[in-house]
Amino acid sequence: MTTSPTARDTVLGRIRDALALAPTPEVTVPRAYRTGRTLPDGERLALLTDRLVDYKAQVHPCTGDDTAEVIAEVLRERGARRIGVPDGLDEQWLTAYDGEVQRDSADIPAPSLDALDGVVTASAVSCAETGTIFLDGSPDQGRRALSLVPDLHVCVVDLSSVVAGVPEAVARLVPERPTTLISGPSATSDIELERVEGVHGPRDLVVVIRTDA
Amino acid sequence: MRIGLFATCLGDTLFPEVVKSTAVLLARLGHDVVFPPDQTCCGQMHVNTGYQREPVPLVRNFAEQFGDSSIDAVVMPSGSCVGSVRHQHEIVAERYGDAALRAGVATVKAKTYELSELLVDVLGVTRVGAYFPHRVTYHPTCHSLRMLRVGDKPLKLLRAVEDIDLVELPEADSCCGFGGTFAVKNAETSTAMLQDKMRNISGTKADVCSAGDSSCLMHIGGGLSRIRSGTRTLHLAQILGSTRTAPYALMEAAR
Amino acid sequence: MSTFLGMPAAPPRSPFGTGNLRGDRTFPEAAHGELRNDQLRHNLGRATRTIRTKRLNVTGELPDWERLRDAGSAVKTDTMNRLPELLEQLEQKVTERGGTVHWARDGVEANEIVTRLIRATGSSDVIKVKSMATQEIGLNEHLEAAGITPYETDLAELIVQLADDKPSHILVPAIHRNRDEIRQIFLDEIPGVDPDLDNVPAHLAAAARAYLREKFMTARVAVSGANFGIAETGTLAVVESEGNGRMCLTLPDTLITVMGIEKVLPRYQDLEVFLQLLPRSSTGERMNPYTSMWTGVTPGDGPQDFHLILLDNGRTAALADTIGREALNCIRCSACLNVCPVYERAGGHAYGSTYPGPIGAVLTPQLAGMHAAKNDPNSSLPYASSLCGACFDACPVKIDIPSMLVELRHQHTEQSGTTVEKLAMKAAAGVMGKPKLFTAAQKAASLGRVVGGRDGTISRLPAPLSGWSDSRDTAAPPKQSFRSWLASAEGAETMRAAADEGARLTAETPEEDQ
Repeated sequence: MTTSPTARDTVLGRIRDALALAPTPEVTVPRAYRTGRTLPDGERLALLTDRLVDYKAQVHPCTGDDTAEVIAEVLRERGARRIGVPDGLDEQWLTAYDGEVQRDSADIPAPSLDALDGVVTASAVSCAETGTIFLDGSPDQGRRALSLVPDLHVCVVDLSSVVAGVPEAVARLVPERPTTLISGPSATSDIELERVEGVHGPRDLVVVIRTDA
Repeated sequence: MRIGLFATCLGDTLFPEVVKSTAVLLARLGHDVVFPPDQTCCGQMHVNTGYQREPVPLVRNFAEQFGDSSIDAVVMPSGSCVGSVRHQHEIVAERYGDAALRAGVATVKAKTYELSELLVDVLGVTRVGAYFPHRVTYHPTCHSLRMLRVGDKPLKLLRAVEDIDLVELPEADSCCGFGGTFAVKNAETSTAMLQDKMRNISGTKADVCSAGDSSCLMHIGGGLSRIRSGTRTLHLAQILGSTRTAPYALMEAAR
Repeated sequence: MSTFLGMPAAPPRSPFGTGNLRGDRTFPEAAHGELRNDQLRHNLGRATRTIRTKRLNVTGELPDWERLRDAGSAVKTDTMNRLPELLEQLEQKVTERGGTVHWARDGVEANEIVTRLIRATGSSDVIKVKSMATQEIGLNEHLEAAGITPYETDLAELIVQLADDKPSHILVPAIHRNRDEIRQIFLDEIPGVDPDLDNVPAHLAAAARAYLREKFMTARVAVSGANFGIAETGTLAVVESEGNGRMCLTLPDTLITVMGIEKVLPRYQDLEVFLQLLPRSSTGERMNPYTSMWTGVTPGDGPQDFHLILLDNGRTAALADTIGREALNCIRCSACLNVCPVYERAGGHAYGSTYPGPIGAVLTPQLAGMHAAKNDPNSSLPYASSLCGACFDACPVKIDIPSMLVELRHQHTEQSGTTVEKLAMKAAAGVMGKPKLFTAAQKAASLGRVVGGRDGTISRLPAPLSGWSDSRDTAAPPKQSFRSWLASAEGAETMRAAADEGARLTAETPEEDQ
């Protein structure tokens, strides 16, 4: 421990003093907001798509069998010749892609990821109501730098992993995993509150939704 | 119903026409209007300026004047004074009062209403027999809107006025910049708010800007008078008090 | 230990003269100049109007918005009640997961800890995620004095830093600047920027991207704040839009997070409430583009050296106030700024603190005090409001800011001794407390008619009312008060006639139509 241990004691002591000086009654948290919602597949797909498009993400629905074709087409359209993928990404998804694939590993320095044209990852959970995709660092999603540094992120979402609202999504997360919530491409409203897509994160977010997976 | 009328210190002293209209309106609706003669001020200005010890006698006097159980309801033509009675008297009594004051405050608070609340909620009237053949825009004062939550009750009353030309005020829910001593302590910021409010009022080309609080109207009216605007201010009570037999003559001074 | 034998001591405020919790002028003095800045007024009016509409759209589309607010408010109140145990739990979890937790009594101590940690890495610069806590303690100024260069990476913070300016808004710190001003700042301050850079926001953002890219790829240390820290799991969360946060939280070897002690939340599940409340209240989006959540250190992913600094700096002083402590519930969404008519006109700089707007007017005096110096500028903050209540309605955790402002005004007058104003208030209450005196005073007031002009209006009043009369006429008092009218024969006759008419009408119309 490099700090003086007394800072901890002092701050905790002050808090206890403050609570003694100004005691307030115990509260029970009313959780009357919507939780545990379910929606049929079609509605979740429509809602998620609507939200993603609203945030200027590209959306490509497909079937499991078409995954490789759709991914290859997306990468071809954007001229992505060299892509990175997490080590655990399903190999089948890349069978139609003819460019160079770099399987990620921890010993590749993160800055070198800047040289990639794009990245393809899977995803953990998605929230339809807010258009949010959750990545949790699982082997098919990779370390956080991988889906951040390249300018194009192709993210595969299985419809079965899409839930209705935020509480349903949070309930599916594993807290200890490094988790990134993505709602569209990076954006800023810092200049006159006018939204501009594309600052530091990937400026191009393409979501491939597998409707039968 | 036996209704206790609280004139408010501002209404009693500077805007007696507003209180007269309120009294006459309620009498015309068949109610027994009582005016406890020793009433003075609710103490709102004190509390809002940071003084809570000083208004204790005012809070006590209010509770005494209107505590009488023969008074069924207390009404005042001021949203902010009702806000003071409902929210601030309790704070003052809790902190600097005794048990008797706390009890008195609680009793009066429960039967105190702003004019539009009394008419719509308690008396169940929206059509009060008013006649006002002029173009009117309505500014919902902050305390009525956000502290008392009177909602569209004043508008319901105005819509039921015969021959009125009611026009919507843009950005109606934004503050006029009065805020009691705020307009003195932060006069320039207050003026900037007032200017925007006046611009919105002028845009409606209304003859009259109405509201439920003489203090805000004093502020808006003072500004409109300075810029020689064609719009004058009139309290909601004065519009509701205008009838075919005794119509409000718009040419006379707006109070 | 500061506590012994059950005698609690009032915790200290943030030390006087440190950090950015006090301006050098009172609010009215500072606002005086800002109100004359037409560009500022225009920028602020346009921006706040835009965001108000966006917020109402996305909060309106949730049928359970009010229930979420209730939950958020209760979670925060519960958190404050259990703060010691929650912080200890957070510390334990972060430590278990490979992080190091530090405690800082105030900003000075936090700055020293950050400096020491950066020096230990051997790095002479650091990239920063936008953070209110580090702004509050003046970390950048401290680092620069220590020979360490801090690079702000949030676009607005970058604009402010390059212009040697101060933030004026919690969410969009450069809200007071328009695109032309920003273009000029970039042309002047970014080395190697394209001299043909125009004022299109997308192009300005691209210029910032190009400038910061190299910093992100090479920086070894980052400093961040935290929106939430989960006691149950040790998880920290940063909510952002641009991806600069992800860069800072992911790429460097060392991450130092400075978090106010009030930012802790009990359970991971609580995120389900705040991840709905915050973005919708803040940017008016259903969800902000990026949120990063991390728990200690993850081998092979992100910084392998993680430090969490838990900051007091006056928060415990606020906690010791039954009414004022509610200000600690703030989640820094800035909705109250965007709806505040005072903020919209005077702008953020007038508050003199890192925390502007309504929440700043209640938080700043509590963190740093109102009576630390003669004519302490912070004592003017509770009065910088018309008490219109728009902030209370907008607050996602239902902080009753108007009541808190009134309370702080009371605390201010109580500690101010005898003043002219207090004597006047006392005198006024003395008169109004005695009906006979009040009636006499009314008669005296009606004599004030003589100061009215021909049209019955008063156009100039003496100080302290001259600010009022600069732009408002005041009607001269009428001849007769209401009570004297009522007591007069005319009054009695009018009321009798009205009652007669009422009786007649009641007889004619048996049922009132609604």
